[in-house]
Amino acid sequence: MPAPKAIATVILLSLLAAAVPAKAQTPLPTEGIQIGLSTDNVSITAGFSGADLTIFGSLENPDPLVARQGRYDVIVVLEGPPRTVVVRRKDRVLGVWVNLDSATFENVPMSYSVATTRPLQDITEPNSYKQLSLGASNLYMQPADVGDSPATIEEFTAALRERKSATGLFSENVGGVQFLSQNLFRATVRLAPNVPVGTHKARAFLFKSGLFIKESSAQLEIRKSGFEQSIFRVAHDYSFLYGVFAISLAMITGWLGRLIFRKD
Amino acid sequence: MGIYLPIAEISVNVFVLLAMGAAVGFLSGMFGVGGGFLITPLLIFYNIPPAIAVATGANQVIASSFSGVLSHMKRGTLDFKLGGVLLAGGIVGSTGGIYVFAFLRRLGQLDLFISLLYVVLLGTVGGLMLVESVNALRATRSGAAPVLKKSGQHNWIHRLPLKMRFRASKLFVSVIPVLGLGAGIGFLSSIMGVGGGFIMVPALIYLLKVPTNVVIGTSLFQIIFTSAYTTLVHATTNQTVDVVLAFLLMAGGVAGAQYGAKAGQRLRGEQLRALLALLVLAVAIRLAIDLFVTPPNLYSLSGVGLN
Repeated sequence: MPAPKAIATVILLSLLAAAVPAKAQTPLPTEGIQIGLSTDNVSITAGFSGADLTIFGSLENPDPLVARQGRYDVIVVLEGPPRTVVVRRKDRVLGVWVNLDSATFENVPMSYSVATTRPLQDITEPNSYKQLSLGASNLYMQPADVGDSPATIEEFTAALRERKSATGLFSENVGGVQFLSQNLFRATVRLAPNVPVGTHKARAFLFKSGLFIKESSAQLEIRKSGFEQSIFRVAHDYSFLYGVFAISLAMITGWLGRLIFRKD
Repeated sequence: MGIYLPIAEISVNVFVLLAMGAAVGFLSGMFGVGGGFLITPLLIFYNIPPAIAVATGANQVIASSFSGVLSHMKRGTLDFKLGGVLLAGGIVGSTGGIYVFAFLRRLGQLDLFISLLYVVLLGTVGGLMLVESVNALRATRSGAAPVLKKSGQHNWIHRLPLKMRFRASKLFVSVIPVLGLGAGIGFLSSIMGVGGGFIMVPALIYLLKVPTNVVIGTSLFQIIFTSAYTTLVHATTNQTVDVVLAFLLMAGGVAGAQYGAKAGQRLRGEQLRALLALLVLAVAIRLAIDLFVTPPNLYSLSGVGLN
């Protein structure tokens, strides 16, 4: 009488199948993260000497126990527009310092500011940073010429990171992300005085006990405003007229200067 | 008082730039040179990127040259025909220079090339001028009459074909060296941001035997156009002309030039030349030192298609 047994097994299996997702859902749905920007564009004036940008965000469905133990970590990144960058190294030729070797990297973010809840090494292990291409020192730099030797690429990648950090374009703000409540956090990222204009991308990464859970992103337009920026735009968009203007300005100044200060 | 330069994209002090312009203007008025060869290195010492220093230097030169040409036109010490032929060569040289400039910039060798050109040219011209003026000073002290080259003396240049008559300069000479000189100056103008007066003036006097009184006016006349052309081409191809920077330099420069011209009248010719020679050599030495001193950063970044 094999038939009833078979039916029983099928019923048991279907019960189990129904039970598995139900069991997973019972504690809490999966966590998520959201960030919000109060504005989608920031105008900086000519005298801009750097500023802090505050980004608010929230965790969705946090586990109260994990939150109480402080095992949620958030990393917020503000990435500048990508560009192709040439890194050059000077070497001595007959005593003179000359740019000799170079390496080209594609899609390098012009700026990269990080804010974290804790020091990066305490949040998760180096490998997951590499996989996520997260953090100024883990960001993947894509060489344009794959023929370069790995040692060369490594050397120039390090130099690129070092130069970007030295000019303040790559920065890290440990403790820049603070939880205001169990699910609300505030991130403070630094805008360098020389922050590039263009479309920036704000990204937030959520970690739970050292494991990457989720990412969310938002866009931010950084513009320069004011008189100097108009000049810059005209110089690039109407370069011929700008040149004619520069020449006329010089001639008028020369003529006026002679009228005002003439000594002969 | 700080001001942000829109093209150079750095903040600078207004008074430093005005003073820089005035000091160079004073010297240029005193010595009768455009001053571009001093402005561009000074801007580089002041951390303005060399590409912008060169293009803006060319723009600034227009103002001082234009101011100078106005007074020479009034005195009639300007050979328009000679200036025109020099100019034709200048446009060709300048165009070539712009291409070389953009090419070197892509290679990452522009800064080095500008510095090397400055060191070589300023070193040579300064050295020659110093020797010449010290000899002249010694000669006057020992009481001997200065030896002048006879104006009727002819050299190989006067045996070239395609002769042309330049009435105001009382000259009958082949157009080949005139065009060549113009082209050479045009080339330097676009790469070094100079008017080229410091080469043009001795070349016109010693090579072409142009009478000294029309030399400065004619040289300034051609420099206006060469540097205007250079400014325009730099503005359209490289977007490296900073009008705010140029204006500050010009404003200081035109004021300084008029006072410099007056001060120059009180000094004797050979003393003036010796002083100018020392100044030129000092700039050359300073630039040369920078080539050999280990730079603080061996690595540099540059964007592609960007400054």
